[in-house]
Amino acid sequence: MSYHNPPTPPRKSATFDDASMAEIRRAAATGIYDIRGGGTKRQVPHFDDLLFLGASMSRYPLEGYRERCDTSVTLGTRFARKPIELKIPVTIAGMSFGALSGPAKEALGRGATIAGTSTTTGDGGMTDEERGHSELLVYQYLPSRYGMNPSDLRRADAIEIVVGQGAKPGGGGMLLGQKISDRVAEMRTLPKGIDQRSACRHPDWTGPDDLEIKILELREITDWEKPIYIKVGGSRPYYDTALAVKAGADVVVIDGMQGGTAASQDVFIEHVGLPTLACIRPAVKALQDLGMHRKVQLIVSGGIRNGADVAKALALGADAVSVGTAALVALGDNDPRWEAEYNALGTTAGAYDDWHEGKDPAGITTQDPALASRLDPVAAGRRLANYLKVITLEAQTIARACGHNHLHNLEPEDLVALTIEAAAMAEVPLAGTTWIPGRTGL
Amino acid sequence: MPAFDLAATPLRDLNHALHAVTPKTNDRAFEIRNPRGSHAVAVGCSEPVTVAVHGSVGYYCGGMNAAADITIHGSAGPGVAENMMSGRVVVEGDASQYAGATGRGGLLVIKGNASSRCGISMKGIDIVVGGNVGHMSAFMGQSGHLVVCGDAGEALGDSLYEAKLFVRGKVKSLGADCVEKEMRPEHLQTLERLLAAAGMAEVEPAQFRRYGSARKLYTFNIDNADAY
Repeated sequence: MSYHNPPTPPRKSATFDDASMAEIRRAAATGIYDIRGGGTKRQVPHFDDLLFLGASMSRYPLEGYRERCDTSVTLGTRFARKPIELKIPVTIAGMSFGALSGPAKEALGRGATIAGTSTTTGDGGMTDEERGHSELLVYQYLPSRYGMNPSDLRRADAIEIVVGQGAKPGGGGMLLGQKISDRVAEMRTLPKGIDQRSACRHPDWTGPDDLEIKILELREITDWEKPIYIKVGGSRPYYDTALAVKAGADVVVIDGMQGGTAASQDVFIEHVGLPTLACIRPAVKALQDLGMHRKVQLIVSGGIRNGADVAKALALGADAVSVGTAALVALGDNDPRWEAEYNALGTTAGAYDDWHEGKDPAGITTQDPALASRLDPVAAGRRLANYLKVITLEAQTIARACGHNHLHNLEPEDLVALTIEAAAMAEVPLAGTTWIPGRTGL
Repeated sequence: MPAFDLAATPLRDLNHALHAVTPKTNDRAFEIRNPRGSHAVAVGCSEPVTVAVHGSVGYYCGGMNAAADITIHGSAGPGVAENMMSGRVVVEGDASQYAGATGRGGLLVIKGNASSRCGISMKGIDIVVGGNVGHMSAFMGQSGHLVVCGDAGEALGDSLYEAKLFVRGKVKSLGADCVEKEMRPEHLQTLERLLAAAGMAEVEPAQFRRYGSARKLYTFNIDNADAY
């Protein structure tokens, strides 16, 4: 009797998977690390791993179309003479002119203003279009200090000192030569067309003791008028928040690793920092330990997509959230209508992340005048406003279902987690149990 | 002449008074006594006033100055004249770290020595130092001039863009992408102008050497990775 040896099917390595092997080949061929835009693409514990409980025998809901659920938030009540009043607890995160086109920045200002919220400058200074179309504009104070000047500082509504961002805590900015147009070069005092490196540390202070004095200077320059935010990337949220409070912040902004960047090394985006979900409770605890929760406001960003995300972040103790990537998508980024052009760039709608190359078919992450002209800032601003209003309505829907007449009344008790990891990070019970990993027994 | 005694007057009152100056204000000469190391003295000036500070100051004196002429009759802490836009700041004594950091215009004169990172990320400011400067001076300097009449510490001009550096004494080491360059007649003229503006016209421009960017790091190349 002959023995037939059954064929062994080809088996790929789980360790050396297609993406890892492709990256090895790419690195070997090009001699440069992979640079891209956006935030982490790997799956990490996120707001999807949480559920609201809703009303039941022991809680009664508010009538969806009859009973008010307030969404307003005031930022900067600690020291600033002129705090910022927002109609909705969703702000637009900092994105630079340079990374984004002029029309895109204008659209962000238009959309935010219609929705009653603020937008934020970025690494590269403030443009007149942005200031003109943003009723509330937060001016970022970054390590590079590109475009920094006292006039713009005074015409801002708030100042955000950027220590880091979620996509790259500990890293500086990059704007590659393709996007250094004449105007961008002039604003940044750099030669046209060079690869621009933004510093990762501020040039004139190191550590929270120095930062306290830096904040004093900024307050003195602006006659104590402006709220001062401190933005950090999610890495040590308890201590970073505590030190930001100690340094004199009015507002702390924590950006998790799903937060986007215009251009960073892929290895940085994927392997440095904490998921947004893991940042909120430690930051809130720091504020509570210092007796400063709700006195120093907390803004959370990184992967906010819908009203459920907003409601969950607020339930865990944030005062507001910021959106960046979602705002770009609302403007038209990665829209399937440009599929043929995405294909020509070797990608597909939804996956396009070579924002640093300046070839964005949607005309948003580019300095090419022809591409930038594709974006109508009025229509795009309207889309952004619609989106912001929808996610606010969604958050209100959830809050009413939980019996709350203000989004800020949402609380951790309203939440359970679907996974042990999310339960541990959010410090809420695993669904169907009373178990909060790390805090209670079974 | 408005006079402020910081031993008795809150800092906020001083800076507010400086910010309240308008083009129609007649009294434009401010005197500040007893600064005693105060931080953020005379910051954010936006009018051509003169400010005389009698004593030493802490961090960020003259920060973001635009148009004012500020003289510190003492020494200055970190970040003196940081992000200056225009005008002049003179330090009669020594200056600590980050002097003139990110400055975009105007003239900073330090008659004594300056510590590390003098002129870090400078964007158009002119800085003249009568003595020495510490390590990493003009780090990532983008534009403007740094004139050092004494010696420079380690890693001068590291990751330099287009700022121009002149040193009369020894340079302990040059930073990445910073090289010595030929001193041409136009550079001697620039030096002569800057030294005269700083009140150091007696210093001979021909004794200086010029340093600038080799521009090898302007576009990333893996073969230059060792320089980063």
